[in-house]
Amino acid sequence: MRRLLFILPVSALIILGAIFFMLLADKTRDPGAVPSPLVGKPVPAFSLPRLDGNGSVTEADLKGAVTVFNVFASWCLPCRVEHPVLMRMAADKRLRIVGLNYKDKPEDAKKWLAELGNPFAVVASDRQGRAAIDFGVYGVPETFIIDARGIIRHKHVGPIHASEYPDRIAPVIERLLREGGGK
Amino acid sequence: MMRALLFAASLFAAFNAAQMPAFAIGSNEALADPAQEARARELFRQLRCLVCQNQSIDDSDADLARDLRVLVRERIKAGDSNEQVLRFLTQRYGDFVLLKPPLKSSTVALWAAPFALLVVGGGVIALRARRRARPAPAALDDAERARLARLLADDERPRT
Repeated sequence: MRRLLFILPVSALIILGAIFFMLLADKTRDPGAVPSPLVGKPVPAFSLPRLDGNGSVTEADLKGAVTVFNVFASWCLPCRVEHPVLMRMAADKRLRIVGLNYKDKPEDAKKWLAELGNPFAVVASDRQGRAAIDFGVYGVPETFIIDARGIIRHKHVGPIHASEYPDRIAPVIERLLREGGGK
Repeated sequence: MMRALLFAASLFAAFNAAQMPAFAIGSNEALADPAQEARARELFRQLRCLVCQNQSIDDSDADLARDLRVLVRERIKAGDSNEQVLRFLTQRYGDFVLLKPPLKSSTVALWAAPFALLVVGGGVIALRARRRARPAPAALDDAERARLARLLADDERPRT
């Protein structure tokens, strides 16, 4: 009995320690990221003006092809870090890249894209951030990967670093392309 | 001197104005109906600010917290019940947006753990208490008392 009273808490401590250590050592895990309930669900309906002023963007623009939906703003520094990765993705002609310009002045966003290059097939301008709330966005940048049926299959919070693209993003994209629905 | 002060004050005001979110949703004003406003405040305290993560949207200055406050007030004004407002937000941000986790199959361990620990701890204490309550051993007889005295005397002799 006495020995059990010693062994039990000590083994519980060791097991917990091992679990915590494994979670900490897992570099692909972001402890600050909030799991999205929207993964596995269809994209929410929205209708926003296009950044270039030619009509509007709706959820229909996210369906029919494997789509990378990126929330960005010209005032967002991490977006600048992420931008080259988006440019590289844009070079992949099987993908469609759509932008959501979050709480930004259109002229600032246009200047930003003119300066750094425009990876987006189309950009929606969400000046009030209302559509972003429907997507469960809580910071910029955030990126959603959407399959051809318009189902959100993956969400990435924060900038996609070039180093994490091969492990965290590319496999998801390749899987969705294999399912069918390349552009 | 006065002019310099005024200038500084106007600079400060301009700086503050520049800090204000330029395109925030709607207004951040309290609802006209005090009962509705009280409900809104109660909901604010239950909702996590997803930017700061350990503050409620009632406490947070984050832009998104402000937007969510506006949104909650809007939904209440539109006639939503408290449950409907919370469902609206959990559909977008998940249970994480609630500061108090709901009881469901994935959180049973979380909710049951304190009670399970209480039962286990109480069991251990009860077991030990029962053991301690065993009857005291019988008093020493004469032979035992004499032996005890010898042992004690032996113990008190200086050691070499």
